[in-house]
Amino acid sequence: MTKTDEKESKDTQWPLWEVFTQPRDGKPHEHAGNVHAPDAEMALENARDVYARRKEAVNIWVVPSDQIVASKGEDAGPFFDPADDKPYRHPQFYSVPRVSKRRK
Amino acid sequence: MSTQTKTLTKKEALFEYLVRLADDRLILGHRLSEWCGHGPILEEDIALANVALDYIGHAASLYEYAVEIEGEDRHRDDLVYFRNDVEFKNLKLTELPKGDFGFTIARQFLFASFSYFLYTELSEVEDEQFAGMVKKHLKEVKYHLRHSREWVLRLGDGTEESHERIQDSIDDVWTYVGELFYQDEVDEILQEHNLAADTETFKEEWKELVVDTLEEATLEVPDFDQFMVEGSRQGLHTEHLGHLLAEMQHLRRSYPDGNWQ
Amino acid sequence: MSKESKAQEFQERIDNGETIEPKDWMPERYQKQLIRMMSQHAHSEVVGMLPEGNWITRAPSLRRKMILLSKVQDEAGHGLYLYSATETLGASRQEVLDDLLNGRAKYSSIFNYPTLSWADVAVIGWLVDGAAIINQTMLARSSYGPYSRAMVRICKEESFHKKQGYEMVAQMADGTPEQQEMIQDAVDRWWWPTLMMFGPHDEDSPNSAELIKWGVKSKTNDELRQSFVDRHVQEAHAVGLEIPDPDLEYNEETEHWEFGEIDWDEFWNVVRGNGPMNKERMKTRREAHENGKWVRKAAEEYARKQRLQKEKAS
Repeated sequence: MTKTDEKESKDTQWPLWEVFTQPRDGKPHEHAGNVHAPDAEMALENARDVYARRKEAVNIWVVPSDQIVASKGEDAGPFFDPADDKPYRHPQFYSVPRVSKRRK
Repeated sequence: MSTQTKTLTKKEALFEYLVRLADDRLILGHRLSEWCGHGPILEEDIALANVALDYIGHAASLYEYAVEIEGEDRHRDDLVYFRNDVEFKNLKLTELPKGDFGFTIARQFLFASFSYFLYTELSEVEDEQFAGMVKKHLKEVKYHLRHSREWVLRLGDGTEESHERIQDSIDDVWTYVGELFYQDEVDEILQEHNLAADTETFKEEWKELVVDTLEEATLEVPDFDQFMVEGSRQGLHTEHLGHLLAEMQHLRRSYPDGNWQ
Repeated sequence: MSKESKAQEFQERIDNGETIEPKDWMPERYQKQLIRMMSQHAHSEVVGMLPEGNWITRAPSLRRKMILLSKVQDEAGHGLYLYSATETLGASRQEVLDDLLNGRAKYSSIFNYPTLSWADVAVIGWLVDGAAIINQTMLARSSYGPYSRAMVRICKEESFHKKQGYEMVAQMADGTPEQQEMIQDAVDRWWWPTLMMFGPHDEDSPNSAELIKWGVKSKTNDELRQSFVDRHVQEAHAVGLEIPDPDLEYNEETEHWEFGEIDWDEFWNVVRGNGPMNKERMKTRREAHENGKWVRKAAEEYARKQRLQKEKAS
């Protein structure tokens, strides 16, 4: 340990981590919020204690917040609008004969 | 070892055993709950409250089963609020004041690691209700071990100050850990019926876990053969328990006729 | 695009009921007001742990002990969600905590009153959480996405907070004479401070109009206060408790309970730091922060060493 290390004197609330929880087996992970933690193991533990207090999760991901890359709000148009003119990507585009389900 | 317990029936022994387990968890849960609102960081405040809640919850189920076994129509709260110091059978380890975060973690690790082995054994007892309860709690006990072990590593191998603090706490608390393995007639009677764990069977494994963890944390392991205090299971406590109980019980005892559920 | 037209476009988005997200353009003042409001809200949750936390070790039954502990723990969680949401506006937890600990930031004045008896725990759940729910249900529709999402989560978790309080209030009101006296005394002490939680009258609340314009709030302080009174007077009467307000009267025409004037001198006094517990609450928070410093540092130092080791190994 070096006394001259700048980090030694600085008090912080630890780095920020984004938390993703899987609510049930087979479901995708969803963003739950974030926690502060000094490292990955603590981030997992803190996420469990904060976001699964009521058994809301069967699995948790944690990611350092500064590792998340997001598209900008201003990009919303150019980024996503092109999908607008591809109606064939949506099931409503197709008409098929209706087959009624027969119940036993 | 005491001779008066020789005459215990199986039922009485089981009652006593459950109460000992419950008292440990209630009192330690009480100490941990004192951190609520005072933790070193918000995340850890929440984590400690979780552990406290687990312990108090475990105690509640154990007391409930104890009064059911006893069959005298007592409520679990009667055991919590209307027994005096010497009737409490918790280990002295659990009643010591919460101290700083280092002390809390040191005690927490030693107790949680012991509980992990104990509960693993107890989940096999030949009593469906008891074993079922233990199995349910074991999941949480495993987490308590993980949480406290990770903190021992961080404090031990963190800064000079944290290293010193947790080492001092380990040294201070050491004299109280021998009692974790205390056994008497209560245990013997129940062991005959496979209703209790034999702590001797996992003592070496526990030591190994403790030694490995402390060494990984760059901490010195105190002498396992040093003087160890005794007497908790006979109701001989430190002076701290009286104050804890005075605080815990005063309201309920001041108004015993009220409905407080 | 000019600032004015950006501001105009922003206002249109708000008026259309759109949600503003962290990366979106927003007026500086919108951001500032939100940071102020959200961090105050976060501080309130954390300082709010103390008055009830005061009774955890003395709770009169195991059931009540577990309920109280989990409720106070929830408040820590809610503080955490709110600090997180505030961080999306570029205000780190470190910064906003510093503001609190140095006395620059405010928190809800209600927590500057002491909990003198167990009945206070019941009444806080019933009245204080009852007031919080009314406020938070509105904020769950706030225009700022992270704030509104935090509120939705908080409202969901808090649904039991008021209920456990009212259950206990009802039990005590129906209990022994001592319990009845204890619970009425607590109502007498907490009623007025709870009404103050909604803030000054609309005409004395300069921030209100702006926050409503921006869709952060959708109701005024007085409107919120009125719906609180209407609901809680009925609940008090249902269990035979008296509200300590001689002017309380039901108006058949408006279908609202009319109530007396709040002691605004007391309100401003407590806001300025001269409440019965202001100094102690802050001292407690500062102590927890100071005592935690070596712990936070140790964990960071350990993480740093581990990283170094990993780098060396690879």
